[in-house]
Amino acid sequence: MGNKTPLFESHVESGGRMVDFGGWDMPVHYGSQLEEHHAVRRSAGMFDVSHMTVVDLTGSRSGEFLQRLLANDVAKLKTRGKALYSCMLAEDGGILDDLIVYFFDDNNYRMVVNAATREKDLEWIKEKAASFEVEVNERDDLAMIAVQGPRARETAAAVLPAHLREQALALRPFAGAACDDYFIARTGYTGEDGWEIILPAGLASKFWASLAKAGVVACGLGARDTLRLEAGMNLYGTDMDESTSPLESGLGWTIAWQDSEGGDRQFIGSAALREQKAAGIARKFVGLVLQDRGVLRGHQRILVDGEDDGITTSGTYSPTLECSIGMGRVPAATGSNCRVEIRGRRLAARVVKPPFVRNGKACIEL
Amino acid sequence: MSEVPGDLRYTKDHEWLRQMEDGTVLTGITDHAQDALGDLVFVEVPTVGDKLLAGDACAVVESVKAASDVYCPIDAEITEVNDALADSPELINSDPYGEGWLMRIQPEDAEAVEALMSAEEYEELLQDED
Repeated sequence: MGNKTPLFESHVESGGRMVDFGGWDMPVHYGSQLEEHHAVRRSAGMFDVSHMTVVDLTGSRSGEFLQRLLANDVAKLKTRGKALYSCMLAEDGGILDDLIVYFFDDNNYRMVVNAATREKDLEWIKEKAASFEVEVNERDDLAMIAVQGPRARETAAAVLPAHLREQALALRPFAGAACDDYFIARTGYTGEDGWEIILPAGLASKFWASLAKAGVVACGLGARDTLRLEAGMNLYGTDMDESTSPLESGLGWTIAWQDSEGGDRQFIGSAALREQKAAGIARKFVGLVLQDRGVLRGHQRILVDGEDDGITTSGTYSPTLECSIGMGRVPAATGSNCRVEIRGRRLAARVVKPPFVRNGKACIEL
Repeated sequence: MSEVPGDLRYTKDHEWLRQMEDGTVLTGITDHAQDALGDLVFVEVPTVGDKLLAGDACAVVESVKAASDVYCPIDAEITEVNDALADSPELINSDPYGEGWLMRIQPEDAEAVEALMSAEEYEELLQDED
């Protein structure tokens, strides 16, 4: 038996097809993954993401610590509740995890890291935090629900405690607000507007039920994967891991090389990244659109004329675009076309820059 | 509980076979199989005229989540494939024993179909899997 989130019973009652996901019993879908996907693109869907690890950092040197720990720079966070996406790197520049960090105040930050990397991350963070005298608290007393879609905020606002509504609706993208026991942030993993709501575990199933009653469609991990892929968002352990650096994972934009004064930042892995950059990056991370019939999946061979082979890292059928899309690593010189080998056949694919879909609309020409 | 029509034969790989009067056999995947796979989005069918042995991978059904092989249930020649699945793979989800049929085969040995599992035996297999 795996770990169970506070919403486990709710999923089973709603007919959730439960599967093991990184040691957690999670719903892959509740009947139709396609319908759940469309609900998020067209209206509003909700995901139980309580399996993710919430870590609170406390201490006067928290900011300084995070500037050392993370490849992105928390000094960019100036207003309360503001969020930043970052990679956490090993000394050799390999990605240990990707995460969201929220700024509460100079002494308090919150990180949300992946579920499958929980043990490794906590050990690493605690080890590095010791010399900064930063306290690291895992918050397993909390649940987390993502409400996503064009109608997500208005629908979810109606079921929030009344005194939170105004504050929640006023949040700008990538901003969050703590109020009483709730923490609400305008973030997500679908390419749609919406909120990620962190709340006490004991309140989760009631809140979930009232969202459902308000018409928010329960969505499983299956739809979460097709939505994030359409949105061109990487999945840790699939699109990148400890053997790949942000520079070859399409995440160069998340590296803060310099501080606000223009000085070179020194974070864990920065020296290795600078070396990689100076030597030139041999592989680039790209989006793929299959031109022939078939479905891209991870670990398929990519053939590029006159170059070495590449490899797909993710792939699926895109319910919004009604064709197959994927992501993968190819030689840096790869142009706009390639072929992907699927069961012995070499199918034509186009090389594009993700995202594929944002706010319900295609971002690429089909 | 998934549907298991009494007049069909079944394999342990969750394929069904329907003996037709002209001696050919229609095949597809069972209600249990389509339900386990989830929403189907792509089907790769064999080429008409292919001669296959029992157990040969002959078709692929892909759901949003994953690809699964379909095996030829008996030694046979492929005589027709369901072309409608190219544009409407979801027919397998909505009507696995009807419009969602996969291929028509001509058995090498007319007795081979009868030797496969009955509906009762297949239901037992499903119960054991649960």
